Amino acid sequence: MGADSYLQVMARRGDIMKSAVGLDYSRFERGGCAFDYEAMMAACGMGLDEVAQVLRGFGVGDTPLAELKNVTALARRYAAPGFGARILVKDEACNPSGSFKARRAALSVHMAKKLGYPGVITATSGNYGAAVASCCAKAGLRCIVVQECYDSRGVGQPEIVEKARKCEAFGAEVVQLSVGPELFYVFLRLLEETGYFNASLYTPYAVLGVETLGQELVAQCRARFGKDPDLVVATNAGGGNLTGTARGMEKAGCGAPLAAASVDLRGLHMASDGQFNRKSFTTGHTGFGMPFTTWPDRSDVPRSAARPLRYMDRYVTLSQGEVFYVTEMLAVLEGMERGPAGNTSLAAAFCLARELPEDALLVVQETEYTGAGKHQNAQLSFARRSGVEVSVGDPAGEEPGKRIVLPEHPGQIRARDVDLGRLRASLIRNALAGRKDRPGEAEIAFLMEETRADAGFVRKTIDDMLEGHHEPQ
Amino acid sequence: MASKGDWVLLRSVVLRPGERAPQVPEDTARVPMMKWVKGWLTQDAQVGETARVRTLTGRAEEGELLTANPSYSHGFGDFVPALQQARESILAAFREGGPGDGR
Repeated sequence: MGADSYLQVMARRGDIMKSAVGLDYSRFERGGCAFDYEAMMAACGMGLDEVAQVLRGFGVGDTPLAELKNVTALARRYAAPGFGARILVKDEACNPSGSFKARRAALSVHMAKKLGYPGVITATSGNYGAAVASCCAKAGLRCIVVQECYDSRGVGQPEIVEKARKCEAFGAEVVQLSVGPELFYVFLRLLEETGYFNASLYTPYAVLGVETLGQELVAQCRARFGKDPDLVVATNAGGGNLTGTARGMEKAGCGAPLAAASVDLRGLHMASDGQFNRKSFTTGHTGFGMPFTTWPDRSDVPRSAARPLRYMDRYVTLSQGEVFYVTEMLAVLEGMERGPAGNTSLAAAFCLARELPEDALLVVQETEYTGAGKHQNAQLSFARRSGVEVSVGDPAGEEPGKRIVLPEHPGQIRARDVDLGRLRASLIRNALAGRKDRPGEAEIAFLMEETRADAGFVRKTIDDMLEGHHEPQ
Repeated sequence: MASKGDWVLLRSVVLRPGERAPQVPEDTARVPMMKWVKGWLTQDAQVGETARVRTLTGRAEEGELLTANPSYSHGFGDFVPALQQARESILAAFREGGPGDGR
């Protein structure tokens, strides 16, 4: 394999990335685990209005905020009298590539063009590939999308196959791989070979683009209802959706709480060849949501701009069957075919609405396009062919990879809370992994910002961790 | 037989089982990492043989020729009875109320 073996290429990743994103991350480092997040976010030197202007140039953004009156009425049937917030959804499927990811792609493609790169590469099996391909089509840049698509037998996840089709429809080259984290290795080699720009999901450009989504939804609520939203729900995977939305809301002066929602895929290993085609969601699930929330810098750039634990007030999970069920609900009650993965937040909203009074505004901040391969019928049919049982019953009986259970009635949909304290402690342990020294004050302050925890919590977690280190066994 | 200039799909091995990342689970470590790319054939080739293509971005790729004129075959799958039941239970709950309905 010469100089291009897996470990040799991985060892060059820092240099490859530096030339592929046009950003020197080392200048934001502040010693130990700390870095200056806000300085990194400001490094593009663009205000939010300018960002929105760039997005408009790609036909991205300014999506409708639809009120789901029938879904709201149904949710109220299961709420105490006077409860059941008005559920609104930001119809992000109206973006040119069919999802909010267009916001994440536009600024990166704009920067790639401005900095004179001949093309753009992105590593994603999701809607983001289509978004980058769509923006590249508009910008006249070449585009390569690298996907994890097949198991080793060559059986493709239909949702990912559909996304490949969409990328190719926009003129992009699609490189498809079988299961495994070595996708990153192929990605790095392509960056070296082509000298293209890395449109990572995790650069400041990507998250800044999503800030427009938060700003828009606040402006739309104010214009239509004369007030701010009372709760915003975001589907959570890599964390950029939630982070960008929260930052945009903050910039608009809105302090509404934010809930994250993921599909529960507990027990399935994301890098397992055998389990790859036994999951019916390729994003929006805990397999990304948990690791990226507790270790944001596991991404493809040295420091991720997506840091969801800084912004989430609550984190809930739903089963695959519950999200498919709510996807059907959106179709038969509101006449909107969207999703399914993007509807994870809608499934959460259906439950969380019951906790809020009737005059409260609950905003679900995205939808995504659906169709062949992506549609819940395509996914459930594929699940059955892959040996997963599909039934109707109590969704609590679902077992990821083995059994998907659609609820018998809407009252069975239950958002389950994740303990944020455990996630905070886990982030602190990940940030200090391998350390035996006591972190300094600057690092403690950084970890407080990372976790929104107080000094006592951070110190206690560190104490527990260090004691663990010193135990003889 | 595919001819020079045909649009084809190639498959190749990126990493053999012994070359895979140390952290992959056992079932993944046992199999090679494969790659699929499409492009224009640069010389005539038979299906199953090694062939070369020029990709959309102008890159050269080599691999086993899988198909000429590859098409998409994904769709909406077979009828799923559970989804039909879901639709009906949602509409029934909306119109008439039902189990778990607190009102």
